Amino acid sequence: MEEKKDVLILAVESSCDETAASVVKNGREVLSNIISSQIELHKLYGGVVPEIASRKHIEKINQVIEEALKEANVTLDDLDAVAVTYGPGLVGALLVGVSAAKAIAYAKKLPLVGVHHIEGHISANYIENKDLEPPFICLVVSGGHTHLVVVRDYGKYEIIGHTRDDAAGEAFDKVARAIGLGYPGGPKIDKLSKEGNPEAIAFPKAKMADSPYDFSFSGLKSAVLNYLNGCKMKNIPVVEADVAASFQKAVVDVLVEHSMRAVKEYGFDKFAIAGGVASNSTLRNAMEQACRRRRIHFYHPSPIFCTDNAAMIGAAAYYEYRNGTRHSWDLNAVPNLKLGER
Amino acid sequence: MKILALDSSGLVASVALVEDENLLAEYTVNYKKTHSQTLLPMLDEIARMVELDLNTVDAIAVAKGPGSFTGLRIGSATAKGLGLALDKPLIGVPTVDGLAYNLYGTDKLVCPLMDARRSQVYTGVYRFCGRKLHALKEQVAVPVTEIIDFLNEQKEEVIFLGDGVPVYRQVIEDAMKVPYSFAPAHVNKQRAGALAVLAEQYLSEGKTETAREHQPEYLRLSQAERERAEKGLC
Repeated sequence: MEEKKDVLILAVESSCDETAASVVKNGREVLSNIISSQIELHKLYGGVVPEIASRKHIEKINQVIEEALKEANVTLDDLDAVAVTYGPGLVGALLVGVSAAKAIAYAKKLPLVGVHHIEGHISANYIENKDLEPPFICLVVSGGHTHLVVVRDYGKYEIIGHTRDDAAGEAFDKVARAIGLGYPGGPKIDKLSKEGNPEAIAFPKAKMADSPYDFSFSGLKSAVLNYLNGCKMKNIPVVEADVAASFQKAVVDVLVEHSMRAVKEYGFDKFAIAGGVASNSTLRNAMEQACRRRRIHFYHPSPIFCTDNAAMIGAAAYYEYRNGTRHSWDLNAVPNLKLGER
Repeated sequence: MKILALDSSGLVASVALVEDENLLAEYTVNYKKTHSQTLLPMLDEIARMVELDLNTVDAIAVAKGPGSFTGLRIGSATAKGLGLALDKPLIGVPTVDGLAYNLYGTDKLVCPLMDARRSQVYTGVYRFCGRKLHALKEQVAVPVTEIIDFLNEQKEEVIFLGDGVPVYRQVIEDAMKVPYSFAPAHVNKQRAGALAVLAEQYLSEGKTETAREHQPEYLRLSQAERERAEKGLC
């Protein structure tokens, strides 16, 4: 049999506030992973400002792509395809990556593969876990997303649970702002929690009667705000570390509970987490313990692959490419793209 | 010299290919589809029709702004991607200059008006001196009344064009004290052909930039930055 040629993909990601490009070989080997983060800029505004994000993307896009090619020691002529995140995300931000990636693919006569951002996050697990293959359950938690997904096969997803209101990361940001930690809230709450007592305050854990896998974090967020207001009115000093730790525990408990129920019901022996909040150390430890108790393999990407990056898009794109996914030159950004849609 | 020009700064998407004295192809669409769905397929159609080898292009011109923020970025990101892939320089042409060049040769003043929302227009005032476009007022974002006052002071006949015309027609008719007219449909919106010819002049003057350097010129801060500045923060 003819030996199979390596597949090299240039991937571009600009769905939120990181401009990123990467060259990935055969979906699992990252040759470069360049990320230009705008986080410092958005801190001034307490969150991501879409127009500012879009302006920053266009300033950085070529530099990031050129660096990704250089670090991977490849030229555009070595590539087999160009991949790009086309949704979900901020439409103006997505359009920068989509337009640039399309133009590069067009000019170099390369196939274009549009990738779903969440599919990218899930696929981040393939990069460092060479043995991981579907089927498995994956919990995707980030600033914009909270999804419990059954990964049936490469490119075949079934969303069994999602948030009814705030994403988990969004709740972290809002609570962090309320206790004066600033943006982005996730890492700051994670850090402060280590000094606090997670049992100090009993915050509510929302359960959906009609769907055991759905999440809701806005009630929890309100409970934290009410608690803070109550303390202020009664002149009780607030121990921020206890609030952070107790809030975080309430989030983590629900995430673990739902995930483990899904693992049990579907009977898979593999479970993965993905997305920005997947680098939260408390969540990671809790999941690790829960999986160990159930003798389930637990997978998680390193923090650099949890945050928005293009290597994960390259990983997802490889399997899409192998499955024959090709997008045409009229590919548009789809801000509310559904997982599994092409 | 062969120049590929792209304009997606307003409602119109336009792509043109100009080689020396010849417009080889021009494709202009004024339809509700987003530019990200139209611009590259239009380039592809042109390229196939005139059997263009993209590597033979000398530079890529793009309407660099002002205009719709998103539209500008679709054009710029496309030009930047093409420039990166083909290793060709970019020529950022001010959008309002490009619009004005549609009316090449007129002895009247030319005043493009683009609807900039928030009660403003992106505009400028131009005169042709030989082949050269001369700006009496460089492109700027101002209330339409401000540009009308300026035009009334010039005491010369004016031609208006651009997507701001239907929006401000009544204001113009009420306030203009000098003779004026509105450009007809075939030249009253962005045309990449005009952009390409103007870009050729820029190229001969060495006014190019690298694909990496190029970015749009919005003539306006984002809303968040503006509000922050108004609060005295920086």
